Amino acid sequence: MPTFTVTNFLQTLVTSVSMGSLYALIALGYTMVYGILKFINFAHSDVVVLGAWFSYVFAVKTLPAMGIPPDQATWWAGGLVLIMAMAACAAIGFVIERAAYKPMRKAPRLNVLITAIGISLLLQNTGQLNFVFGARPAGMPALVPTTPWSIGGTGEPGSFGVKINPVDVIITLTAVALMVALQVLVYRTKLGSAMRAVSHSIPNAALMGINVNFVISFTFVLGAALAAAAGFLYAIKYNLQQTAHPSWVMLGLTAFVAAVVGGIGNIRGAVLGAYLIAAVQQFGSLYISSELRDVYVFAVLIAVLLLKPEGLLGKVTREKV
Amino acid sequence: MALLKVANLCVHYGAIQGIADVSFSVEQGEILTLIGSNGAGKSTTLRAVSGMVRPSSGSVEFKGRSIVGLQPHQIVKAGISHAPEGRGIFSNLTVAENLRLGAYIRHDSAAIADDTEKVLTTFPRLKERMWQNAGTLSGGEQQMLAIGRALLARPQILLLDEPSLGLAPQLVQTIFSVIREINRQGTTILLVEQNAHMALGVAHHAVVLEVGRVAMAGKASDLAASDAVKKAYLGHG
Repeated sequence: MPTFTVTNFLQTLVTSVSMGSLYALIALGYTMVYGILKFINFAHSDVVVLGAWFSYVFAVKTLPAMGIPPDQATWWAGGLVLIMAMAACAAIGFVIERAAYKPMRKAPRLNVLITAIGISLLLQNTGQLNFVFGARPAGMPALVPTTPWSIGGTGEPGSFGVKINPVDVIITLTAVALMVALQVLVYRTKLGSAMRAVSHSIPNAALMGINVNFVISFTFVLGAALAAAAGFLYAIKYNLQQTAHPSWVMLGLTAFVAAVVGGIGNIRGAVLGAYLIAAVQQFGSLYISSELRDVYVFAVLIAVLLLKPEGLLGKVTREKV
Repeated sequence: MALLKVANLCVHYGAIQGIADVSFSVEQGEILTLIGSNGAGKSTTLRAVSGMVRPSSGSVEFKGRSIVGLQPHQIVKAGISHAPEGRGIFSNLTVAENLRLGAYIRHDSAAIADDTEKVLTTFPRLKERMWQNAGTLSGGEQQMLAIGRALLARPQILLLDEPSLGLAPQLVQTIFSVIREINRQGTTILLVEQNAHMALGVAHHAVVLEVGRVAMAGKASDLAASDAVKKAYLGHG
């Protein structure tokens, strides 16, 4: 175990915030769909992967076609790639809900869960096809400056300094901006109150004149767009593995754990859970062992399920028999 | 022409029959009450009218047009508002948000604000609790919210399912005087009640349901005077 230094601590805090932001964007999609349809959309993490790969394709194909070399991309070119990836995944989210989940609306929840796993496998393997994204890893163009900013640190013993990668700042700012926008949408608009009404009771929401199918589609579109944003941000930070790589599964699973820890179905809970999980993961890696980084995630999950099964911000609900 | 005409309506829940054969008409401007014991099919009838369940046969016509097969939200837009059994309030939303959802299909903000003000004048208790979660309201307050919310859709016909259920006697009196007042202001009402005494007192016409069929129908005052109704539903014989 390394000795405690302020530098280590702050550096790990920066990483935690950046990773937590990514987990939060993904966790929101799980929790919103659960909030409304009471099932876990296991294909959600695959939409993240598609978002990352779409970003790659848009950055290396579409940007040059527009006359922008990816290595000289300006911030708005990066923003354009982000928006295109979000739009593409939103469309996919819409199609998945309409084609796969809507016909199962009245089926037992287990059947829907199995359908979700099927969609997950379908997306992973379709992505690997040669005429789609192929079965090789890819190097994503950075799109943002890569020279880290040094804060503090004179080099003298005892002084502390932190290096911050611009990409971590961009990840955090983009994620926070999207989460604030979502918060405003859900809690301050008419459509948002319709979403909350549908999540409380579909039949009673319909009696208000709410088009329930529209609200459900919209929720999937929103979740998929946020997943795509997470995929984009993940891509500009890391290189891309092929779509069926286990590391993607772990990314999605960690975000799912974050949603459960925060209280599945609760939007603010998902964000809280995501930052908590990221901090536990990063600080555990720093002070105990980085080999156990996934173990900490599930240890937190087990602890929360034992002590507060409804999650940190979740409400106790009685299962109707 | 009747505002709402239900003919030979039959509803099945799986293999179980909810209602077997129900027919009645609600005229513009009146209160019609469906009375009957538990399981007679009163709520099922309302649910079929508002599109929550699809009838297996029979017809429902609103202003001369069939509304069978429409989605519930389309039926609300057509002018039918349903305050369901159990009140159906959104306990995770504030009272203000619940009321706003009542006017979901409308886009005339100024008129919505006026109508909301009217509802709050009718139910001053709701005004005090506007920013509370609706789940924290008492049963009576929830019922007021359910009725107020249904009115905010500006329906041509209001379906009320057991508005007196679980309320203290004094509150029942209040709710019924509000129902009469809403009707006096021009809203047609289809009222389902177990409290036959109160319902017959407020309604113009009444239909008695027994095991999913119409057993009796007529003027509310005539039914209230009939020996069969007195014996079965009014508790004296």
